[in-house]
Amino acid sequence: MVHAAWLIVLFPLLGAVVLFSFGRRLGEPAAGWIGTSAIAASFVAACCTFAGVAGLPRSGGQAFTQHLFDWINVGSFHAQVALLADPLSMTMCLFVTGISALIHLYSIGYMHGERDYAKFFFYLNLFVTSMLVLVLANNLLLTFVGWEGVGVCSYWLISYYFDKDSAASAGKKAFVYNRIGDVGLLLAMFLLFSQLHTLNYLDLGRRASSLSSLVITMAVLALLLAAAGKSAQIPLFNWLPDAMEGPTPVSALIHAATMVTAGVYLLCRMHVLVSASATATWVICGIGLATAFVAATIATSQSDIKKGLAFSTVSQIGYMVLAVGTGDYVAAIFLMVAHAFFKALLFLGSGSVIHGLHGEQELVRMGALRKFLPWTYATFLIGWLAICGVPPFAGFWAKGSVLDAAWAKSPALWAVGIFTALLTAYYMSRLFYLTFTGQARFDQVGPNGEDPIPTPHESPWTMRLPLVILAICTTFGGVLGLPFLHNFGLEPWLSPVFGTSLHTPDFSVATQWTFAVIDAAVALAGIGLAWILWRGRAERPALTPAFLARVWYWDDAYDAVFGRPATKLANFSAEVVDQRVIDGAVLGSAGLVRRGAVALRRIQNGQVRSYAIGIVAGLVAFLAFLLSRIG
Amino acid sequence: MSIPGSAYLILAAALFCIGAFGLLIRRNVLVMFMCVELMLNAANLTFVTFGRMLHDVGGQASVFFVLVVAAAEVVVGLGIVVAIFRRRHRAVADELSSLKG
Repeated sequence: MVHAAWLIVLFPLLGAVVLFSFGRRLGEPAAGWIGTSAIAASFVAACCTFAGVAGLPRSGGQAFTQHLFDWINVGSFHAQVALLADPLSMTMCLFVTGISALIHLYSIGYMHGERDYAKFFFYLNLFVTSMLVLVLANNLLLTFVGWEGVGVCSYWLISYYFDKDSAASAGKKAFVYNRIGDVGLLLAMFLLFSQLHTLNYLDLGRRASSLSSLVITMAVLALLLAAAGKSAQIPLFNWLPDAMEGPTPVSALIHAATMVTAGVYLLCRMHVLVSASATATWVICGIGLATAFVAATIATSQSDIKKGLAFSTVSQIGYMVLAVGTGDYVAAIFLMVAHAFFKALLFLGSGSVIHGLHGEQELVRMGALRKFLPWTYATFLIGWLAICGVPPFAGFWAKGSVLDAAWAKSPALWAVGIFTALLTAYYMSRLFYLTFTGQARFDQVGPNGEDPIPTPHESPWTMRLPLVILAICTTFGGVLGLPFLHNFGLEPWLSPVFGTSLHTPDFSVATQWTFAVIDAAVALAGIGLAWILWRGRAERPALTPAFLARVWYWDDAYDAVFGRPATKLANFSAEVVDQRVIDGAVLGSAGLVRRGAVALRRIQNGQVRSYAIGIVAGLVAFLAFLLSRIG
Repeated sequence: MSIPGSAYLILAAALFCIGAFGLLIRRNVLVMFMCVELMLNAANLTFVTFGRMLHDVGGQASVFFVLVVAAAEVVVGLGIVVAIFRRRHRAVADELSSLKG
């Protein structure tokens, strides 16, 4: 069964090839169905492989390597195209293919009537292919191929409405931020290869003990830079909110559920190195927690439903990075899976809202949608309770395990984490109330004089079905990591992969209950706080200060520090270096030749006898020279 | 009594200088042409002399090449001179400068 691993990648690739070749001719909705069935087939293959991996002996780390072909053989450098099927990669594959299939199905309805309908599904299939290469690769180099593949698909999809200026520049922004992160991944690869002469994950894990602690710290920090770029962590997090310019299914799939967790996956994959450097784990904890907190504060003040969800995504990934830093990789993966469920659900729900409101995304123009979008309301409700951390939904258990791990590392981390959890419950509740409850505001003239929006309509079944399935997953996803079941769920499943790197908190049952009660109480407090502050209100400028709404002026700071000096440098290059120095050198040498030629043409006067004098004079001079040498 | 080789060389040098000098001071194209021939034959004489002095037949063989080249040159050169006469009815070198830069 494990030999089906290559089929997981093959199906989306085939789908992409077919859509690339015949997409335009297939048109709507055939192209969408082909894309969806390719991913569904991939999900089936992932399930088969999963069953196979589950049957492997635990002693060998439950890893199966499927060698496809040699890629590069130069000197001592060998890169293979080989797939590594182990519990970690299979967990990723299952939720990536599963959620992708649902979001493809959703897109069939959501993208109805868009131009470039087939191209959209081509990009999506290519994205899933790249993501699966990233996840299944058995070496860093092949992971990098997938890493770049998802990056470029993300760029295409963010700029999907490329005739809109904001979408085009958001795509560029994402691309540039990701490139900065890629430098980190490349540096880590160079460093590890120069020291260990391999990029294979299993070999790296085995040989890591021979590295000096400085090298390990440097490699982990480089990997953290890569993860910060891809997973939108401080200092590279600002691209993700702008990425919401893409169609909503893209936001759900790429910029919430799958691609942005690639950085966390990479750190989990390199767990041997990460755990070996105490310095680096503290940096990882710090980055993760700071991102979680900063993004949560920003999310409280967003006026756009998708922007709010985007900052919430950044914040949640911050929690995952925090979990990696504490050494509880299982908690990171648990939150990743749970987050994939509920954040995909929330984004698809917001997409359904936007679809129903004919493209409106501003919270001030929503309200009372409960009556008009019952399916969306019910499923969004579940996603909202899950992300707030209300039991028994998946988010409660996942966030709880991350906070427990933070406490085990340091109570200070836990304190900031629990406060961020309060903020999370608050901003999500605000978003929920503004969207679904209170007075209907869409049928009034907008704050900037927009026309009233006609009565919203519920979405077609292709969009409702994924919502329902994701809502079910969100409700019951918690069973993957129930704290009182030690021989069931993610922890026993993933422990062969992480081995001794894994540090799960070892609390007594009473302590676990205490933490669970605190988590639940904080979630309810946040929900209640939002209810008190936002019930029946659409705008409270005092609670949405410009400092938070404008992302702590983070973009403005980057603009001042990097953007404007770079613009100045570019202008200087264009006006001085190019026009004076380079053009000066080119035109100057041309002028020199021209003036020299004008001087020299006088010698060529057409008189045969003057040429003859020249020849004779030359001859005489030459003979005189010879004579002087002889004499 | 045999004439020493140096005498031939001096003669050849003298002929060459006369030719070169004539080329420089005369303006009649035809005479300049004859001066060039004189210089060529001075060179031929040098070739033959050295061939004889060094007991190498290569010197005399080279002369044949020079003769052939000179013959070809005469054909082209005289052709040009005749063409100039046809157009201008005189051939003064200093008047011909239409190829100046």
